[in-house]
Amino acid sequence: MSPDVSTTELSSGRTGVTADDFDRRNLDWYVDKAVEVLVFICGISAIIFIIGIFTFITKEGYAFILQMDWVEVFTTQYWFPSDEGDPEFGILALIAGTASVTGLAMAVAIPFSLGGAIFVAEFASGKTREVLKVLVELLAAIPSVVWGFIGLSIMNPLIIKTFDVPVGLNVLNAGIILGLMAAPIMTSIAEDALKAVPDRYREAAEAMGATRWQIIVRVVLPAAKNGLLGAVLLGVGRGFGETMAVLMATGHSVNIPGSLFDSVRALTATIAAELGETAVGSEHYQALFAIGIFLFLITFIINLSADLIVRGVREG
Amino acid sequence: MVTPPSPETRQSKVKLAVEGLTIRYGSESALRDVSLQIYEHEIFGVIGPANSGKTSFLKTINRMDVFNPNMHVEGTILFDGRDVRRWRNVYALRSRIGVVFPLPVGLPLSIYDNVALAPRLRGGQSSADLDVIVERCLTRAALWDEVKDRLDALGSLLSGGQQQRLTIARALSQDPDLLMLDEFSIAVDPVTTMRIEDVLKELRNEITIILVTNLVQQARRLADRTAFFLQGECVEIGATEDLFTGAVQDPRTRDYVEGKFG
Repeated sequence: MSPDVSTTELSSGRTGVTADDFDRRNLDWYVDKAVEVLVFICGISAIIFIIGIFTFITKEGYAFILQMDWVEVFTTQYWFPSDEGDPEFGILALIAGTASVTGLAMAVAIPFSLGGAIFVAEFASGKTREVLKVLVELLAAIPSVVWGFIGLSIMNPLIIKTFDVPVGLNVLNAGIILGLMAAPIMTSIAEDALKAVPDRYREAAEAMGATRWQIIVRVVLPAAKNGLLGAVLLGVGRGFGETMAVLMATGHSVNIPGSLFDSVRALTATIAAELGETAVGSEHYQALFAIGIFLFLITFIINLSADLIVRGVREG
Repeated sequence: MVTPPSPETRQSKVKLAVEGLTIRYGSESALRDVSLQIYEHEIFGVIGPANSGKTSFLKTINRMDVFNPNMHVEGTILFDGRDVRRWRNVYALRSRIGVVFPLPVGLPLSIYDNVALAPRLRGGQSSADLDVIVERCLTRAALWDEVKDRLDALGSLLSGGQQQRLTIARALSQDPDLLMLDEFSIAVDPVTTMRIEDVLKELRNEITIILVTNLVQQARRLADRTAFFLQGECVEIGATEDLFTGAVQDPRTRDYVEGKFG
C-alpha cells in the first residue's frame, strides 16, 4: 500500500484522520478565536475608557470653558465660586498649591527612592533583599487616607513644635507626606529598571577594575536612565493626581505659598471637597469639571512627554 | 622568583606562575591541581572542550571568583611574583588585566565613553589625553576607521564583530600587562576573527596574552605555547607546534587536536 496522506490512516493508530480534517473547524479552533476576541476587547478597553472619561468631563465642563474669562481663571488667585453676586474662578493659587506640594514631594522622593533602589538592586543580597522588596511593596499599598491621617495627627504637631509656626498643615507637611507616599512605588519601578541592566555589563566593568560605586555611577545608572526617568515621571503624575492625603495635610486654604509653612490648596482637593456641595449643572459645578479637564490635560501631557523623552533616549 | 628559561619562548621572565590550582564549585571540582607558568610577551593558548575549567581558570587570575560565593579556590597564582589572593586592592589588580569575554559586551554608552571608561576610572587624564587614548586603542583594535565618524553612537548598537573589537579596544585602554581572551571569536564572523588575530600578533610584542579557545586551529595560528585542559585536568603543556606535530606525551592530546573528540 502506497503511503498516500489523503487516504491512508496515520501510523499513530487514529482512524479516520484524512485530509478533510484540515478543512473542518473543531473546538480548538473556536476556543482560539474566542480568546482572541476576548483579549482584543480587553486590549482596546483602555482606549474606550480614556475616550469615555474625557467625553464625560468635557460634557460637564465645556459650558464653563466656553464662556470663562481665560485671563481671569489662569492669572488670578481669587477662588470664590459660590459667591452670590460676583463669583470668581481664579485657579492660579490652586495650581501653585499643587505645583509646590508636588515639587517638594519630588525633592523628598527622588533621592529616597533612587538610594533605596540602588541599595536593594546593587548592594543588598539574599534575605535582606527579599524582605526589603516585600516591605517596600507593602508601603506602596498603604491607603492615602492613612497618609493624610499621619499628616494631620503626627506631622502637624511636630511641625508646629519644631519650627514654632502657628499652623502645621502646609506645603512642608503635604510635600513630605506625598513624597513618602510616592517613594515606594518609585523605588519599586527604579529597582526594576536597575535589575533590567544585564549582569554582563557589571561583569565587564568589574573586570576592568571598577569599584561597585564606579560601576553604579558610570555604567548601571546610564544604562537604566530610561526606566529611572519613567519612575520619576510616575511619581510626578502621582503627585498631581493625589487627592485625599493632600486635602488633609495642606491646610486647604487658597493661597499662593510664599514659604514652606504656608497652607495651600490643591486642584484635586478642591474638586473632592466642593463637588458634593454644588448643584448639578451650576456654574460652580461646571467650573470644577473644567478643573478636571485641566488636570486630565496636564497628566496627559506629562505622560506623553515622558513617552517621547524615553523614546528619544532609546533612539539616541 | 627563579625559573629556568624556556627554550620555546623568546622571553624568559615569568609573568604568571600558577601552582597547585584547584577550583571547586560546591563539591564539584572544576580544575584539579594545575601548575603552569606563563612567560612575559608570549601568547599562551588554552584549549579543551567545554567544561574543562578554562573559564574558571581565567576568573581566578583576576579574582572574579569573589563574586561567586560557591566557588572555592586553592593553590597560588603569582602575578609578577605576587600572590593575587593576597592583593588587598583587587581593583588595582583587575585594572592591570584586560578581559575579553566570549560574547561581546558593548556597554550602553557611546563608543567614545566605552573606550574612555577605564582611563576615567583611573582618573588624572585631560580630555585631550583621552582623545589620544581612544583613537589609539580603537586603531589598534582595527575599529577606528569604521567608527571614527560616529564616536557618539551607542556602543551596544554596533554589530557583533564591531562590539567585540570595541571590547578589545576597551581592554587595551586599561593599558594592561596581561590580556585574557575567553573564546573571543565565538560570536564573530571569520573575517573579523582574522583581523583580531592580526591585532593579537602585533600586541604580543608589548603584552602577555592568554588565549582561551575552543578552536584548536586558532591556538595553532597564534599561541607560542599551549595547554590542553580536559575535564578539570591540565593534560599537557608544550610548545604549540609540538602539540600539533605529534610530539605529545598524552594520547588524549593528539586525539583532541586531531578532532577525534571535543
